[in-house]
Amino acid sequence: MTNDGRNGEGGGTALLDVRDLKVEFRTRDGVAHAVNGVSYRVAPGETLAVLGESGSGKSVTAQAVMGILDSPPGRVTGGQVLFHGRDLLTLRREERRRIRGAKMAMIFQDALSALNPVLSVGAQLAEMFKVHEGTSRKEARGRAVELMERVGIPAARQRVGDYPHQFSGGMRQRIMIAMALALGPDLIIADEPTTALDVTVQAQVMDLLAELQRELTMGLILITHDLGVVADVADTIAVMYAGRIVETAPVHALYRVPAHPYTRGLLESIPRLDHKGRRLHAIKGLPPSLTAIPPGCPFHPRCPLAQDVCRTDPPPLYEAGPGRASACHFWKETLDGAR
Amino acid sequence: MAPGEPLLEVRDLVKHFPLTQGVLFRKQIGAVKAVDGVSFELRKGETLGVVGESGCGKSTLARLLVGLERPTSGQIRYRGEDITALSGRALTAVRRNIQMVFQDPYTSLNPRMTVGDIIGEPYEIHPEAAPKGDRRRRVQELLDVVGLNPEFVNRYPHQFSGGQRQRIGIARGLALRPEIIVADEPVSALDVSVQAQVVNLLEQLQDEFDLSYVFIAHDLSVVRHISDRIAVMYLGRIAETGTDEQIYDHPTHPYTQALLSAVPVPDPEARVHRDRILLSGDVPSPADPPSGCPFRTRCWKARPLCAEVVPPLDVPPAFRESTGPAHHASACHFAEERHVVPSE
Repeated sequence: MTNDGRNGEGGGTALLDVRDLKVEFRTRDGVAHAVNGVSYRVAPGETLAVLGESGSGKSVTAQAVMGILDSPPGRVTGGQVLFHGRDLLTLRREERRRIRGAKMAMIFQDALSALNPVLSVGAQLAEMFKVHEGTSRKEARGRAVELMERVGIPAARQRVGDYPHQFSGGMRQRIMIAMALALGPDLIIADEPTTALDVTVQAQVMDLLAELQRELTMGLILITHDLGVVADVADTIAVMYAGRIVETAPVHALYRVPAHPYTRGLLESIPRLDHKGRRLHAIKGLPPSLTAIPPGCPFHPRCPLAQDVCRTDPPPLYEAGPGRASACHFWKETLDGAR
Repeated sequence: MAPGEPLLEVRDLVKHFPLTQGVLFRKQIGAVKAVDGVSFELRKGETLGVVGESGCGKSTLARLLVGLERPTSGQIRYRGEDITALSGRALTAVRRNIQMVFQDPYTSLNPRMTVGDIIGEPYEIHPEAAPKGDRRRRVQELLDVVGLNPEFVNRYPHQFSGGQRQRIGIARGLALRPEIIVADEPVSALDVSVQAQVVNLLEQLQDEFDLSYVFIAHDLSVVRHISDRIAVMYLGRIAETGTDEQIYDHPTHPYTQALLSAVPVPDPEARVHRDRILLSGDVPSPADPPSGCPFRTRCWKARPLCAEVVPPLDVPPAFRESTGPAHHASACHFAEERHVVPSE
């Protein structure tokens, strides 16, 4: 009845296959269990959205996949990260570094702090080619200009020598995308790529990202807290709560009827653009501290459906329809709309 | 104040921040036109939502309203009295009635003060609001009103989550029983599930204390939910203003239309049949705004007239005769109705 929570069909085609990943942080208050057995897979050309609130473990999972976890205090304590079938967690540092950037790349939320402020953007882009491909200086610079044009930076040839602070927020995010694309990766992880941007600029950047992904058939993991952005671009969604995936589903199915009370709570708690609506259905309480995750189902203290079993038995990911799974003992009732 | 008269009336409000050059002999070389001629009214018990992107001047507007900045010109009339002309004790007295809730609950609370001291601090400045012996009880009442345990009075801000801190900020705003609360992005730093709790709290407090809100935010869905009327700002000016239905369902200003069409909606079905307007470029610098209509550099409808004449914020001629929802103020020479928000 249960599966391992992997979305998508056709087992052999996964580009990235994360299996039962566990990450801990040692903190002054004890061990924070940031990621507690997360599994997901991404196929070439697929967009997987990882949705969650702060502290849900969505970014830490991505950092562990990329191999850029701050350690110490962070530590991967279990699981596998299979990329093209090879477990990245068993590779040596040097091997991993060659894959990172070239085969899988990351886009961060805050482009201003992710780019080097004392190097021109052209130099930073050209460096990718010089280091990974041994390209000559002149050729690297030419390719940097091409890339900047490709991501829609006006007057790229004139601006290649400009520094990050001379660009607007939207343009900086385009440069980040250009850096991520530079070496033609198979997988891009974008961590809240548009959160810091204004809504009209956000739309431009999301469109660019989606277009490039289609064109280059890359896998894309989009990490976000924004249910609107997810609905716009994702194929599949994984909803995270307290370091676990609580629901995974094809995007249309999830928005039509969620199979986990937390997902339903999130969808009901956002105000709508198309009508004024009345009182919002807020989820009561707060997300748990990662040093003291409640026993049983971590969502039970806030869940309107919680029963005794939820307080004692952690729910596995139940198969809840084609391509979807829910970590709720009462997923059937949730799908039927019970309160 | 006569019945029906606005509680707060803002007229041609302008705030320019000077740009200077030189160290010894400073000379002004220009100005950042943060707020450049804003007018609106706020009635008792009403919520005015102010939306706009970064740099549109909405936060400066908030700071002007509560007296944290002095306007370059223009008037802010509270119950008929121009408060920009006041100073000293008279100004302090008026400020009691207009309080502010800030965006960031992490930096707007002093980490070295207890929650009790933070919420009670307004009483230090306005001792007449509560007698000394009564203050602790009042603070505890306020904690209860915003949904926090009154026992928490001796705790420090770091012991609370983001949502709880925002409740503390709201309690501080309420301490002097103001009539108007200016809230600058009060929920944008909060997680979705917590944001709904704080929005509900603000609505409940409005009913309970008959508060008027100026609610400033960039999230258009939240603003629609909470506001009676909405003003859309662009480069220091109001582009369009009206009721929630007029603005969201019948926008006539191209900027409002572009803004609304760019909001990601939580409905994957909307991907296909949505009318999306993708603007090119970024917002121009408020230090060097375009001539005429500020939006013309990004507008697909711009014509030579737009560079020459500033469009007034008024009901456009095309809709003056109309009795429908398109009849509302829109600062565009070529205002047209366009449906951009997909509905179920």
